[in-house]
Amino acid sequence: MAIFLTENVTKRYSGHTALDRVSIEVPEQCIFGLLGPNGAGKTSLIRIINRITGPDEGQLYFKGEKLQQKHIYNIGYLPEERGLYRKMKVGEHALYLARLKGLSKKDATVKLKEWFERFEIGGWWNKKVEELSKGMQQKVQFIVTVLHEPELLIFDEPFSGFDPINVELVKDEILKLRDKGATIIFSTHNMASVEELCDHIALIDRSKKILDGKMKDIRNQYRSNTYSIAYDHFDGLLSSFLDERFEIVDEREDEDRRYASVRITDGHVSKELLEKLVPKINIHAYNEILPTMNDIFISVVKDNEGK
Amino acid sequence: MKKILLVIQREYLTRVRKRSFIVMTILGPILMASAFVVPMYLATLTDEEKKVIEVLDETGWFYNAFSDTGEFEFKYTVSALETAKFELMASDEFALLYIPRREMTVPSSAVLYSLRQPGVDLKGYIRNVMSKEVESQKLRINLDEMDLSPEDRERAMQLPELIKTSITLSTMKMDESGQEEETFTEVLMAIAFVSGMIIYMFIFIFGAQVLRGVMEEKTSRIIEVMVSSVRPFQLMMGKIIGIAMVGLTQFLLWIVLTFAIVSIFQIAFADQMPGPDVRMAVTQSTDISNQAAVAGNAQVAKVFEIVDSINYSVILISFLFFFLGGYLLYAALFAAIGSAVDSETDTQQFMMPVTIPLFLGFIIANVAVYNPDGQLAFWFSMIPFTSPIVMMARIPFGVPIEQIWISGILLILGFIFTTWLAARIYRVGILMYGKKVSYGELWKWITYKS
Repeated sequence: MAIFLTENVTKRYSGHTALDRVSIEVPEQCIFGLLGPNGAGKTSLIRIINRITGPDEGQLYFKGEKLQQKHIYNIGYLPEERGLYRKMKVGEHALYLARLKGLSKKDATVKLKEWFERFEIGGWWNKKVEELSKGMQQKVQFIVTVLHEPELLIFDEPFSGFDPINVELVKDEILKLRDKGATIIFSTHNMASVEELCDHIALIDRSKKILDGKMKDIRNQYRSNTYSIAYDHFDGLLSSFLDERFEIVDEREDEDRRYASVRITDGHVSKELLEKLVPKINIHAYNEILPTMNDIFISVVKDNEGK
Repeated sequence: MKKILLVIQREYLTRVRKRSFIVMTILGPILMASAFVVPMYLATLTDEEKKVIEVLDETGWFYNAFSDTGEFEFKYTVSALETAKFELMASDEFALLYIPRREMTVPSSAVLYSLRQPGVDLKGYIRNVMSKEVESQKLRINLDEMDLSPEDRERAMQLPELIKTSITLSTMKMDESGQEEETFTEVLMAIAFVSGMIIYMFIFIFGAQVLRGVMEEKTSRIIEVMVSSVRPFQLMMGKIIGIAMVGLTQFLLWIVLTFAIVSIFQIAFADQMPGPDVRMAVTQSTDISNQAAVAGNAQVAKVFEIVDSINYSVILISFLFFFLGGYLLYAALFAAIGSAVDSETDTQQFMMPVTIPLFLGFIIANVAVYNPDGQLAFWFSMIPFTSPIVMMARIPFGVPIEQIWISGILLILGFIFTTWLAARIYRVGILMYGKKVSYGELWKWITYKS
């Protein structure tokens, strides 16, 4: 069941349309990748989901109900551009944000202390925000976003500013949150992390949603039936014995090996290629090239531009 | 509602804890108190020679009542007032105390003519002696009418509270040419000018704090984090109210501390002053002006009217009201400007329309002090953008209560309007980056439907 869905959401600013009839469906307890090039309308959509602005047309539903102000307590939002009051003490600041989210002072203090220990910033409680490094500020922001245990979390570029160790730390926490029942909308330009984390994605380009679905399905859908082969040097060319069923996409070599990418044309299968190759060359590696999210992103957006 | 309280609390606490706030809070009263204390201190130091005060007592009540002190010597004269004044100017005597004669009533007023400003110690002493004298005389007159045994009479004499009299002492500063100036008008002008000035300064100082606060939130992108849990209007109003409370706190602390410092010095100097009970008390008005009118001395009566017309509670209440109203009206505009721009330099183009009426109010207030009932002063004390400053400059001179009400209501409507306007600009502006905003753009924001 979808915990959150938008129906034909349209938002116009003077002069341009930021969102054009965008409908997305976020299933419960999944990590939902919201992707798109810069300026595509992602932030506009996220702001509408947070009720920071309202849509001009269309409806939004949270757990089957029309989205209302009371639902905001069930949403946690970590914006891409985020800041803290520099002159405030870290603990006091975190407490302030937590209380604005509706937590009592007592509850918030207990929970914050726990999270601060887990994120190894316990000693910074009484320091001023301006004394923290950027990464530490990000940790504080992450903590206050998830502290009130909202059912829906929206992370916009959550990993920016973190070193690889902390990226892992935050990634683990995000996965833990999902496993505990939260649903996460995850917006990023880092396609590697999308592949790693997301269950579902939606791609928005030039105000329109142009692709969505389960990530597994999408990657399958964009399979091109291409295989990469690593083999020993030999006298001759692959093209000399591969017939028109196969298309050599790419060939290169180094001192030890030669490599090729071969696409099998429609209607034919991998077995046929292997039968051709095995008698002729000494194969070291053979595997299917699955399209990366990066490839899919680029090809879909480029296609859309052509239209 | 809970959220706006949290915002107010944060805005308030972070500011009053700042070192600059504490420094200003301590420094302000020291400066203000020194304005009172230094002259007082100097008065005790200087003037080794005795000052001679000529007493022209038309009533005959105070014959030999004034005894010489270390600092003052009293001489009695029987010349007519004009002659006595002329003599004062010719001599090197310090002052002339004129106690006018009244028909059918006890003396309760006097005028002190002097070439130099008389000190509070002298005035306090005269007032003190006169009221004591009048009280005992009144008592005696009343007791004479009763047929009392000497014991009862003795006991009755211990009850001066029964007939407490307050004396109004006005001072007339004369210059060499014999021109007289009512120094009470100066007091009124000072009160008028200072209260207008303080409102002007407070609006600027705390309005600028609102502007900077909003800009800080926008440029550091705190706003992005905040808007998902607080509505922009709550955030804006929370900031404005929080800072208003900082201003009020500072103002109240200034008054309390100034008063404390002045009192401490007064106690310290009390033994060096003449008379047992010298106070800097502001004259409490009674029904003296009526009595003065009865006395038929037009000039004296006019002075008393002025004193009488100072209604200190009206001044204080209006000050608080116009301070808050003026601040709220302008703070909303400052918040709107802060939300519309990306950097301090961009504020310039929007600051003009806000600072011009404010500055105009200040200029008109300076004029209003000289002509508080003029057309100019009247109209600008009605327009909400200038009324907080101009009205405060008029009120000490006495303004019809209905004018204060109308001006007050207009001011409330004014700040409701600017807050509405500001809220519409603010909600769009705080999330708009990297765009140089024009007035046309602002108009679009205002007219967006929510």
